Amino acid sequence: MMDGSKGFDDAQTGEQKIRNFNINFGPQHPAAHGVLRLVLELDGEIVERCDPHIGLLHRGTEKLMESRTYLQNLPYFDRLDYVAPMNQEHAWCLAIEKLTGVEVPRRAQLIRVLYSEIGRILNHLLNVTTQAMDVGALTPPLWGFEEREKLMIFYERACGARLHAAYFRPGGVHQDLPDELLDDIDLWAMEFPKVMDDIDGLLTENRIFKQRNCDIGVVTEDDIQKYGFSGVMVRGSGLAWDLRRAQPYECYDEFEFQIPVGKNGDCYDRYLVRMEEMRQSLSIIRQAIAKLREATGDVMARGKISPPKRSDMKTSMESLIHHFKLYTEGFHVPEGEVYAAVEAPKGEFGVYLVADGTNKPYRAKLRAPGFLHLQAMDYVAKGHQLADVAAIIGTMDIVFGEIDR
Amino acid sequence: MIEALQDLGHQIEAKRPDCVLSWDIAHGELNIDVKPANIAGLVEFLRVDSACRFSTLVDITAVDYPERTKRFDVVYHLLSMYQNHRIRLRVAVREEDMVPSIVDVHPSANWFEREVFDMFGILFTGHPDLRRLLTDYGFRGHPLRKDFPTTGYTEVRYDEAQKRVVYEPVKLVQEYRQFDFMSPWEGADYILPGDEKEGAK
Repeated sequence: MMDGSKGFDDAQTGEQKIRNFNINFGPQHPAAHGVLRLVLELDGEIVERCDPHIGLLHRGTEKLMESRTYLQNLPYFDRLDYVAPMNQEHAWCLAIEKLTGVEVPRRAQLIRVLYSEIGRILNHLLNVTTQAMDVGALTPPLWGFEEREKLMIFYERACGARLHAAYFRPGGVHQDLPDELLDDIDLWAMEFPKVMDDIDGLLTENRIFKQRNCDIGVVTEDDIQKYGFSGVMVRGSGLAWDLRRAQPYECYDEFEFQIPVGKNGDCYDRYLVRMEEMRQSLSIIRQAIAKLREATGDVMARGKISPPKRSDMKTSMESLIHHFKLYTEGFHVPEGEVYAAVEAPKGEFGVYLVADGTNKPYRAKLRAPGFLHLQAMDYVAKGHQLADVAAIIGTMDIVFGEIDR
Repeated sequence: MIEALQDLGHQIEAKRPDCVLSWDIAHGELNIDVKPANIAGLVEFLRVDSACRFSTLVDITAVDYPERTKRFDVVYHLLSMYQNHRIRLRVAVREEDMVPSIVDVHPSANWFEREVFDMFGILFTGHPDLRRLLTDYGFRGHPLRKDFPTTGYTEVRYDEAQKRVVYEPVKLVQEYRQFDFMSPWEGADYILPGDEKEGAK
């Protein structure tokens, strides 16, 4: 009707029929946060319809996982949400540990919590600052990335890789942390609040930033249930829902932290929630370091699913055989199906694992929070200005690695 | 925790005996097998019932078991943020069966059902817009079926002469590597060379 197919009947109306305008947003657009292609139907500058075309980064992770062993599959998780890699690995390890019934040693649990929270700060730093860039600020990402760099060096010092860590392993973590690293993270945690204050000073009361974010992309409690939101998208609207608190995994129940919630459910509230979450993560990091100084011990539950100690391999033939078998055949996971979820920085990241008793998963489904958030794009963006689309994509915290899988 | 799930299982079975085929609790999770025709009704019931309040759809996916007559399991994960519990619904369907869509109950099912259709070729009745989601425009086949090769059938490249992307059948320099790590003495399903008379153990 409105696409001009009927032609113009100027003579009848006295003016030109105005037809809606379709534009392609992306896939090569800096505000698209990756390879998002949005087909937008505009009425003037108002978005009438928004159809996201995804799959441009589809790598078939779930299919590939079916032909690899459990351990070989672990690095794929770094490549899902590459902004906070270790949080994804965590879900995979939890799923395997749930099926095999392995108890993770305390020191490994603490290290996992420590690095999950570092991942959360990594993610929120990137999200808050690049969202600010989408609405016109240039300095925040420069400042934020400086801190991200420092955090990635902590990643590197723990596992040897800045991004694709493969550090969390079924049964624990790959290697122990040296004490100097803990000291350095502690030192960084002392200095970081100042950087937070700087970013705060740039954005929180910034007139342009508020104009672009307040009352944009409002999400109500009803929408949250209907569209299956999780993470900050929920907390920004006043629901204190956090899997770390509601369904505690690892040893989160012994940490003290607050769950910040927003009031209006708009982009600005979600920004505030992310800022406060970073401060809370910082407090968890400090608590974890204090606990780590006392909890000495092994970082891996030694058994069928984890490698033997290097020293054992030098003396014991069984250990050597076990090591060889573990890294060729891999370990077998008993038959069954589990769903394990973690509170990833973007929301609930879950793994649905169907095991058939062999060394490879029969089926693994990765449940990414961003998938559902982007799905609601049509609903949330409808009626907004074209320029707000960039702000909404930013606030939904979309990373294509996890959406396309 | 387990007792609460057990109560919940009994309750759901008592209230909707027509939908529930069987239920069990494994690894601390409640599983319910549901008749395909009743899935939409049960999901709606689970959403509004005050004891359940499974108002968040977490995930819809499928699992392919080619050797079964009812080849696919369509799996629904639901979460209640109010009661703080989870549930898993399983629907076994044959290849030609259609599953009722639950988009009317949970709008978030839209993309999940599109993905399941894309990856497994399961059709959902009543879905407003059942297009492919993740694969290429004009893709053929359903990649997550077990009989679909991991390498796929076509590969793409940019052709300098034609100045466009061309699709060609996959050419592999070597076979896709699938190692059999099973010990030949226990659990291998091939016959060792020289052991033909004995037959497969």
